[in-house]
Amino acid sequence: MSSADYCPTTPQEVREMLEVIGAATVEDLFAPIPSHLRAASFDLPPGMSEFEMLDTLKGVAARNGQAVTPFIGGGCYDHLIPAVVDHLAGRAEFYTAYTPYQPECSQGTLQALFEYQTAICRITGMEVANASLYDGATALAEAGLMALRATGRRRLVIDGGVSPFSRQVIRTYLANLDVEIMEVVSLNGGIDRDALLAALNDVTAAILVQNPTFYGTVEDLTAIAGAAHGQGALLVVSAYPISLGLVKSPGEMGVDIVVGDGQPLGNAMSFGGPSFGFIGSLKKHIRNMPGRIVGETADGQGRRGFVLTLQAREQHIKRQKATSNICSNQGLCALKGLIFLTSLGKEGFRELATLNRDKSEYAKGKLSAIPGVSLVNSGETFNEFTLRLPRSADQVVASLLKMGIAPGFPLGSSEPELAECLVVTVTEKRTKAEIDELANLLGRELETVGF
Amino acid sequence: MNLIYEQSVAGRRGVRLPASDVPAADSLPVELLRCEPAELPQVSELDTVRHFTNLSRRNYSVDTHFYPLGSCTMKYNVKAVENAAGLFAAEHPLLPLLPGGLEHAQGSLGLLHGLGLALAEITGMDEVTTQPLAGAHGEMTGIMLIAAYHRAKGNKKRYVVVPDSSHGTNPASAAMVGYEIITIPTAPYGDMDPELFRAAMSDQVAAVMMTCPNTLGLFNPHIREICDIAHSFDALCYYDGANLNAIMGKVRPGDVGFDVIHLNLHKTFGTPHGGGGPGSGPVGVKEALIPFLPVPRIVKKDAGFALETDNSTSIGRTANFFGNFGVMVKAYAYILLLGREGLIRVSEQAVLNANYMMARLKGYYDLPYDFTCMHECVFSASRQVKQGVHALDIAKFLIDKGYHPPTIYFPLIVKDAIMIEPTETESRETMDLFIQVMIEAAELAESDPGAFAALPATMPVSRLDETRAARSQNVCFAGC
Repeated sequence: MSSADYCPTTPQEVREMLEVIGAATVEDLFAPIPSHLRAASFDLPPGMSEFEMLDTLKGVAARNGQAVTPFIGGGCYDHLIPAVVDHLAGRAEFYTAYTPYQPECSQGTLQALFEYQTAICRITGMEVANASLYDGATALAEAGLMALRATGRRRLVIDGGVSPFSRQVIRTYLANLDVEIMEVVSLNGGIDRDALLAALNDVTAAILVQNPTFYGTVEDLTAIAGAAHGQGALLVVSAYPISLGLVKSPGEMGVDIVVGDGQPLGNAMSFGGPSFGFIGSLKKHIRNMPGRIVGETADGQGRRGFVLTLQAREQHIKRQKATSNICSNQGLCALKGLIFLTSLGKEGFRELATLNRDKSEYAKGKLSAIPGVSLVNSGETFNEFTLRLPRSADQVVASLLKMGIAPGFPLGSSEPELAECLVVTVTEKRTKAEIDELANLLGRELETVGF
Repeated sequence: MNLIYEQSVAGRRGVRLPASDVPAADSLPVELLRCEPAELPQVSELDTVRHFTNLSRRNYSVDTHFYPLGSCTMKYNVKAVENAAGLFAAEHPLLPLLPGGLEHAQGSLGLLHGLGLALAEITGMDEVTTQPLAGAHGEMTGIMLIAAYHRAKGNKKRYVVVPDSSHGTNPASAAMVGYEIITIPTAPYGDMDPELFRAAMSDQVAAVMMTCPNTLGLFNPHIREICDIAHSFDALCYYDGANLNAIMGKVRPGDVGFDVIHLNLHKTFGTPHGGGGPGSGPVGVKEALIPFLPVPRIVKKDAGFALETDNSTSIGRTANFFGNFGVMVKAYAYILLLGREGLIRVSEQAVLNANYMMARLKGYYDLPYDFTCMHECVFSASRQVKQGVHALDIAKFLIDKGYHPPTIYFPLIVKDAIMIEPTETESRETMDLFIQVMIEAAELAESDPGAFAALPATMPVSRLDETRAARSQNVCFAGC
């Protein structure tokens, strides 16, 4: 059987179209490509039906083995996704459309993105937000660049509580630019305030922190914001969106730019992507913001409508002078984020955050009571915390993985001095039974090797 | 339509969460506690469903309308690939980084590796990283690889060369990596001329970025010569894969002399555009650039797939995890479905459809570069502009007739450009009906040019005041 190519044109139609064009064969249309440039190889298997394709990929997926109960997060989280999210975002009018360049026939996407921007402003306490960036890590790098533009300075201070993956991405983004990066080591899982403020000076463009930190500590950033502003610097925070249901918003703390990874808001983990990055800021920084922004306006009859706005910041107009090279956003993922927040609503979002903290506090109590295990965080935590084990966390993780549990993320590979430490994540999806089982297995594991 | 916030009623609830099975924790101290809950909508589940369903109906999309948006390759998105992506939805990306975790991710890593191999064969490159999250992100990654290559060789380079017909992302991406831009004007035959290029070259040039076929839909017959000139200055050649849909099985950029390429999986490989993303922008390189590829890099070993994370020559991480994995599952599924012959047919039919469109419309619209085109053709509304009718007006006419307009005003080098990319998945009848409407627009421009100002008249809104939007900067709803 011939392969599926989704081309509806019949051989008869091909002949008629060639006649209109004045070409004898389809190959004639490729005459502008000289023969010495032709492909040397094109060695791919023959096509298949959708049924064979799905069987093939089921086989590939099966090689991931049995599902693992994840007590890991680190930027990607196992949260509940209400059924309406995928049903509504799965409307083909949303997912088979593109960037809304023509606003009259794209009001669905544009209004949804305006509502999304509003939701981001409301959970973060910021005044403006864009229509989304790629992911949390690249959003933080873009926020760093935005702060450099806004202040005209060339120095960033990055707190050690920022995810090691995000810190690596920032270093990649800045490697070829003339920017000084100062990294400050964390203290007891939280921000070392003295060290952070000592790194701040009057040529610093911004301090970049993560809240809660990668190790789980929730910080009040009010004083840090004040200190940054005192030196003419901005405070940029990468926030875990689910925590914003309970934790004081960055806006209330005096933060200037807020970013984060939107995956927890209605997007499947899907091996880490697609997700979306969100970014919000004070209004005075809007012209330095990267990416698409949707704005409200009206037509000639006074009817409300939405358009892409402030496009003079963007690459298709400004080319090399643009605020960023970003061209698309993560439209569909941001839409899922909006539908997620809408379906939970004002009370539901707070309840979700509370449920995360309750589960996490329960797990923290159980796990830190295991002999030899101690809690690293000296401050409050949300739904992640860091444990110090009596021996290498790597061995413990490997053992428990064999029993179908990922007990946390061991820190040895990124920070060798923390080789005995484990960041444990407990979302609302983890049941009491799963937490008890983790405590059981961890206790037994630490016991059996004769600690 | 009302905003979802305007439908909010205090006390109304949507989705219900599971009851807690653990004791309530102590409250956070007040200095860490949010004073007021975020003002999210308070609506029922049906309110949510009806709102977003009705919003969706205010969009044109590939599944509902012909969408010949040039340079964006708005082909039909095969439904079966959506089911394929669902097979991997619950997989956590940190699993393979855990000690003993690789065996829990052999399927996902194997899929990425397999996709990389297929894309390398399609483009003639030696290795592909799937980490970049979109086409522009791939461009930036590619230019970072080039910068790392020059740094390792001790080369001092300042410039990246682009033709004036390039996508705006090309110079913007090079600028993100700290390069200055040299722009080459397009020759009368619609492409970058090797002699003009040679004149701009020096030892300070790091790379040349080319789209081929370019944004005029034309294939540059001199690309090998241009690559050779670049290489003689130890500059590298970057291939913007935005227009790969035209040449699958016909040309492989790697064979011709390109060193780095990015692909847009949402264009050529049929993954949905999602109203502006998620895309995916894998980057392919020649052997000399493999040491600089982003980490973690997926490598195949006897025991299975593994991750290389500690390569000191790598440019580092460009994104949090392994790229837009779900998009890559769909692209891999698409390649499996079409296979070798299917992908060749895709390019042949895309080129046939674009040339058919060009042949049928060139009596009605100016065609500034009148050559056999590849997958798209670029007209100018300059004839209509003499009557006061611009490309934008023609676009609005098309919207009223039920068509998503072509790309307009791009490339910038064509006055009032109308860039049409029909793609291979459209039938001849669909194209004939569109051609008829384009001819009607040309006729109306002659007979009643004033009629365009009121268009579109059939949509929920007519033309919107963009100046007002930019001035008021109302990007977040202030009410309710």
